[in-house]
Amino acid sequence: MSDSNIEKTVHPSPEADPGPAPNRRPSVSRFEWFQFFYRYGTIITIVLLILFFGLATDSFLQGQNIINILRSISIVTIIAIGLTISLSVGGFDLSVGSTASLACAVVMSMFVWYAQPTWIGVLAAIGTCLLVGVLNSLLIIRFKIPDMLLTLAVMFVIQGVALTYSRGATISQNMVMPDGSFAAGQIPKLFTKFGQVPGIIIIMLVIVLLVHLFLNYTRHGRYMYVIGGNMEAARLSGIPVNRYRVAAYLLSSLFAAIGGIILAARIMRAEVNAGAPYLMDAVAAAFIGFSVFGAGKPNALGTFFGAVLIGILQNGLVMMSVPYYAMDIVKGGVLAFALALTYYRKR
Amino acid sequence: MKSMSTGEPLQLEMRHISIEFPGVKALDDVQFTTSTGTVHALVGANGAGKSTLMKVLTGVYPHYTGEIRIGGRKADIRSPRDAKDLGIQIVHQEVDTALVSYLTVGENIMLDRMIHDHGKKQWVNWPALYRQAQQVLDRLNVRIPLRKRVDELSLAEKQMTLIARAIARDCRFLILDEPTAPLSHSETEELFRVVRDLKARNVGVIFISHRLPELFEICDEMTIMRDGRFVIREAIRNLTPGQVVEYMLGRKLEQQFPKHRATPGEPALVVKNFSDDSGKVKNVSFYVRKGEVVGIAGLVGAGKTELCKAIFGHTKASGERILNGKPLKIRTPTDAVRAGLALVPEERRKEGVLVEESVATNITTVVLSRLCRFFGTVLDFGLERTLSRRMIDDLGIKTPSEAALVRNLSGGNQQKVAIGKWLVADAEVYIFDEPTKGVDVGAKRDIFQLIARLVEQGKSVIYASCELSEIMGITDRVYVMYDGMIVKELETANTNEEELLFYSTGGK
Repeated sequence: MSDSNIEKTVHPSPEADPGPAPNRRPSVSRFEWFQFFYRYGTIITIVLLILFFGLATDSFLQGQNIINILRSISIVTIIAIGLTISLSVGGFDLSVGSTASLACAVVMSMFVWYAQPTWIGVLAAIGTCLLVGVLNSLLIIRFKIPDMLLTLAVMFVIQGVALTYSRGATISQNMVMPDGSFAAGQIPKLFTKFGQVPGIIIIMLVIVLLVHLFLNYTRHGRYMYVIGGNMEAARLSGIPVNRYRVAAYLLSSLFAAIGGIILAARIMRAEVNAGAPYLMDAVAAAFIGFSVFGAGKPNALGTFFGAVLIGILQNGLVMMSVPYYAMDIVKGGVLAFALALTYYRKR
Repeated sequence: MKSMSTGEPLQLEMRHISIEFPGVKALDDVQFTTSTGTVHALVGANGAGKSTLMKVLTGVYPHYTGEIRIGGRKADIRSPRDAKDLGIQIVHQEVDTALVSYLTVGENIMLDRMIHDHGKKQWVNWPALYRQAQQVLDRLNVRIPLRKRVDELSLAEKQMTLIARAIARDCRFLILDEPTAPLSHSETEELFRVVRDLKARNVGVIFISHRLPELFEICDEMTIMRDGRFVIREAIRNLTPGQVVEYMLGRKLEQQFPKHRATPGEPALVVKNFSDDSGKVKNVSFYVRKGEVVGIAGLVGAGKTELCKAIFGHTKASGERILNGKPLKIRTPTDAVRAGLALVPEERRKEGVLVEESVATNITTVVLSRLCRFFGTVLDFGLERTLSRRMIDDLGIKTPSEAALVRNLSGGNQQKVAIGKWLVADAEVYIFDEPTKGVDVGAKRDIFQLIARLVEQGKSVIYASCELSEIMGITDRVYVMYDGMIVKELETANTNEEELLFYSTGGK
């Protein structure tokens, strides 16, 4: 009823009218230190660390050591890339570490126990791990369990599965089988190449590049970010949200599997819980990556730089004779700092 | 009880209030005066600075300049606690953010007193707490079970719980921010009774609302703001709604509802015997023709939103949906979009737009596959930019560029983005669910014009709203919903708001 009255208006007196507001112009923009630091902080830190370790030790800047660093971060990076994809749809896959352990055990057992060729071993490991992805996405989507809690539970389950499968022992060439005989299978030559330079570094770089292109330059990547940003709005925009969430968890498991396989190729055996230590490093790399170049969201390049930062820290500190058992303090500290940056900005 | 009403009126004065945020001067030399025992309306379009001014008064923004005086004495309000100690209380629009959902009504009412007035006591005296909470509710003449958990309450009851909390402590000024927006007609009446009661007890009520008829019903005085500045303060009896709108806009309002020139054609979407699984929509049948705006009128809670979402496949439902003579199989919103339906949902920030994404990303979400090369996979950023710039121009979206984040736009412009993303999709049937909620008068008119343009292109529009004046202004035909059912179909030309209200409230 108000609207019908609007037509017969009385003119307000001119004094009451302040006119257009000229004072609403932006205040003088000053150099935003926080923004700058947020955007380039990771890169600057990497450069500073390189300078520092380069000056403090003799061997840090040698070519061989650089390759060492890249090799040492490749498994973390691959696993972290999978985690990044699960983060991009607003999820969080904590089961990547134990999935990698499982892949490691399966691929090794295929060679050592069953004497299979490379491709069967790799496919078996990937296939098994994709089942983990199916389990994750099924429980998260159908039963609506919060991602982090469910994958935490699955992490334990898969850890147990991997242990049970390997009967709680390390799987290696010529291992003693339960019946007292020695395992006859050998690790194929081709497979060992995956774990050596340059193969291991090339695989990592290709994966980073492909996932970067996927997330930023394809429709599917855009949809994943949209789902991560606002699932409800994405659903009402007609995006098949659940299909993409399933895909994200499958990809996450896939990259965890690849990480586990490469790990097996690198150390030539499947140790108990071999993948577990990679979980926290991967989480740290992905969250440090949030801020790189100001992306403000999970992204593949950022994750790579996050892993580089951790790798350099670890390598440099070892060279400076910091004991390995103190390393977690540093890594945890870096993760806390990265999280502080991310959430301080979101405030 | 009587002692409260005999108090002298106490004056609240805010003088020369200015406040600046990085980038904007949000308030510029604003003055605001009211006193206890008065209901004072604070009015302005979105972004006029009403909420900012009230946040200054309640101590949320400590960095203002200017002076606040209460009863002639200077009051230096720099924190929420300062404001509460001076008896200034606020009930926000989003009631859920202020309530603790695990706690009971009684505990919520006494929350502030437990925190601030508990002194050195370490133990909670439960019988005393509930007794005092009951006294507060008695003062309001409201009946809510005290031991019920807050998450089991209706919206109106939650609001009353908050008002009760506000007056549980010494309350001299009570700010109600858009209190009636989520309320039904009878709930609004109840709220007004409480407001009148408070006024009689010498509480000053500051009432923020977009609904002018209400303000004329309940308020004594009005302060109008625009663009962060004070425009006028006047007794309500000296104002007309037309004048108020004019002051708010700074110009004369043209015809609010543009009349479209389309003539309805063939039936486009036909819905038959449609029910949703939650039971909020019961056996609904209706149709909309090409070039026609059909209204779904009804009060809050009548099932309009549920109907819109169920048609769109967001919730499970049974019944028939037929588009252009062909039955539709819709199980998810994805199917609905493919079939040519579009939904502009009610909860804009939660469901309509992606606040953390750019305008361009928002506008192209629905049609992304058409913007991509190589079998709809690789994004074409150039095409995306061109398309979103065209939409920004077409809809008059006020944004610095297509790369700006939607979060930084005003409510009206966010809504235009939410509509724009469906315009590029070129759907057949557009469903609007309360599209003008929280949108200022100027942007409202733009939205109405857009709808008129759509039907002139031969599209069909379903317009669900509880704003009956809008239903009257924009639709050709109306279905009235009550309690999940369509109770009446009316030609808009042959009806009026009173009749719509009669059927919306269950009249037969």
